Amino acid sequence: MNSELLGVILMFVLTLALAIPFGKYIAKVYEGEKSLLDFFAPLENFFFRISGIDAKKEMNWKESMVALLTINLVWFLFAMFILMNQGWLPMNPDHNPSMSSDLAFNTAISFLVNCNLQDYSGETGATYLSQLVCFTFLQFVSAATGLAAAAVVFNALKARTTKDLGNFYNYFIKSLTRILLPISVVVAILFMMNGMPMTFDGKNTISSLQGGTDTVSVSTGPVAAMIPIKHLGTNGGGFFGVNSAHPFENPNYFTNIIEMIIQLLIPMAMVFALGYYLRKKKFAWMIFGVMTLGFLCLVIPNMIMEQHGNPAIAKMGVDMSAGAMEGKEVRFGTPASAYWSIVTTVISTGSVNSFHDSFMPLSGMNEMLAMMVNAFYGGCGVGILNFFIFIIIAVFISGLMVGRTPEFLGKKIEAREMKIAVVVTLLSALLIKGGTALASYWFAANPVTHAGWLNNPGFHGFSEMLYQYTSSNANNGSGFEGLGDNTPFWNITAGFVMILGRFLPIIGPVAIAGILANKKYIPESAGTLKTDTVTFGVMIFAVIFIVTALSYFPALVLGPIAEYFSMIH
Amino acid sequence: MKTHLLPAIKLTLVCILFFSGAYTLVVWGIGQVVAPNHGKGEIISYGNANGNSKYGFTNIGQTFTADKYFWSRPSAVGYNAAGSGASNKGPTNAEYLAQVQARIDTFMIHNPAVKKSDIPVEMVTASGSGLDPDISFQAAKIQVPRISKIRNRSEKELYDLIDKIKEGPLFGLLGPGKVNVLKLNIALDNLK
Repeated sequence: MNSELLGVILMFVLTLALAIPFGKYIAKVYEGEKSLLDFFAPLENFFFRISGIDAKKEMNWKESMVALLTINLVWFLFAMFILMNQGWLPMNPDHNPSMSSDLAFNTAISFLVNCNLQDYSGETGATYLSQLVCFTFLQFVSAATGLAAAAVVFNALKARTTKDLGNFYNYFIKSLTRILLPISVVVAILFMMNGMPMTFDGKNTISSLQGGTDTVSVSTGPVAAMIPIKHLGTNGGGFFGVNSAHPFENPNYFTNIIEMIIQLLIPMAMVFALGYYLRKKKFAWMIFGVMTLGFLCLVIPNMIMEQHGNPAIAKMGVDMSAGAMEGKEVRFGTPASAYWSIVTTVISTGSVNSFHDSFMPLSGMNEMLAMMVNAFYGGCGVGILNFFIFIIIAVFISGLMVGRTPEFLGKKIEAREMKIAVVVTLLSALLIKGGTALASYWFAANPVTHAGWLNNPGFHGFSEMLYQYTSSNANNGSGFEGLGDNTPFWNITAGFVMILGRFLPIIGPVAIAGILANKKYIPESAGTLKTDTVTFGVMIFAVIFIVTALSYFPALVLGPIAEYFSMIH
Repeated sequence: MKTHLLPAIKLTLVCILFFSGAYTLVVWGIGQVVAPNHGKGEIISYGNANGNSKYGFTNIGQTFTADKYFWSRPSAVGYNAAGSGASNKGPTNAEYLAQVQARIDTFMIHNPAVKKSDIPVEMVTASGSGLDPDISFQAAKIQVPRISKIRNRSEKELYDLIDKIKEGPLFGLLGPGKVNVLKLNIALDNLK
């Protein structure tokens, strides 16, 4: 078999093989059972003692959310301060300037909400202090926030009636110390052994071989500390402007495999963690099946289309066997780049090892679809929350179809929960399409002033704007990077889309779960709708398909689909 | 909210100290031992006649456009390693397609012995990072006749050189093979 295809298959199989035991481990951590890393307990207690937190105090869902939002607000203010003052703060050997207020607003939110949309470029726009104290820090804690919210929902779905859903701080800190930190350290070591830099020196000046005395500056920095958590926490914000396409950020095929595995690891493991936690393994496999089906429907076409290459270039008569190589690196090749493009968009990483703006039109569409659904595995902790919303809708519709009161895990689903689920689902469509409509109008009204916005004319230019809001809403952070997005308009509008696209889809599912937990538990009977069957899996898939198609098909027709037909014409 | 504010601030401070400070220092400390060149990036030197050693980074590609060197891939940023970047050109962009056509024409003029259908597509398209250090075997091989003529070297000698420098797939099994252009050109200059 072709070595490039084999590489991709190995990445997926290895991820799954690691995700199953890791899911079991995560379940144990949140249940408070004995596990491998219990020696971190004194450190955790130290954190709680200093902060004056009683980590054993039970919280209901509202208290958990207040705690979550409060600490996020603190992080936001802290990040704004660092970014707007990075120019004079220490650890700035390259003398990069402070950020403008709108860029700092966008960037602070972007890292706070696990999105990592980057309207600046790492080499020139951020100092080492910002990279470490602001970005790396937020990459750790935003991932832990998502995991902690998922842990609250796990707890709420247990078979009992209660208001007490554990302690938010406890879940949060344990996500950091027992899940994110240990893997980050191990992975950082592997990266450094493969030549990823870890230095506090500024730019190097070298003379190129061909250039004689001409000098070239080479940016470097403490890269290896950031890249593990960038992927493990599905953050995706790169140290350098070109993210994981940069030879220092992803030096070879081996590091590419590791980066690929660790970004998909937690999203996949959370599904199995839910199964172990609720003692419903079959239910977890049903969810995994639906997610994997959706993933394959997107990734296989992308690999084929990218390998096939650009027909317009094929007409010029060169050897197309490498595929669509614009924006791709030789050391990864087309199959691994196409695989990455969907992994990074189904989960909310948004890191790239190749440039999505130069992908074939329908590959670009699949990347957008992956973010529009945002629940095929999904982001760190939040993916399973998004999927939970689809489950609720599917349970409700199935219940109506068979004429029964819909029940899920022994709890009745009623009007209030459905309203929340529908609002969360429709909100995405509103933010993405509303934002794109506004931007399109603004662009069309002032084509001269905004000529710098779009790097490509026609349908593709529209896709660049649609992609930006899709990515912001999904908290993904990848982009059609041709978009000139460091302007007040883009910084501010995308900033608000990111906030709403983060916190409502966290609060919504937690609220539903909290309300369900408080209801009377009805043991399963012959009349209960089985939720761990293939039939129900098909039902969820149908709900996802219909909701997504109805919401986004018209917008996709205007962008990638129109471009596709103009290309083959 | 008020009851959570003070604990949140305190928890934030300890988390910053631990996850930005302590974690980074531990990684840096380990890097001093395990990473090539103490974590400053792997370097490769190319001494010149005066004995002043010059060096580059093995992983960071450089511009090679002279006929006497193996060419590297087109770059959207001219191999500016202080500002990496891709072209971000869409596949149907007319201006972009004209640029690709121009690269093909340039390549044909400098390599008249090469058939157009043998030019691998990566030699006429820009990389993602703008710093791609590698080209494919094929891309190196088709440049041999040109270099052989300019440097007065036998083609066999140059093909052998490529075979020596090229790297196969990972573990011989996974991913693409490649040739590091900088390494190849240093070896070319050092041919006795």
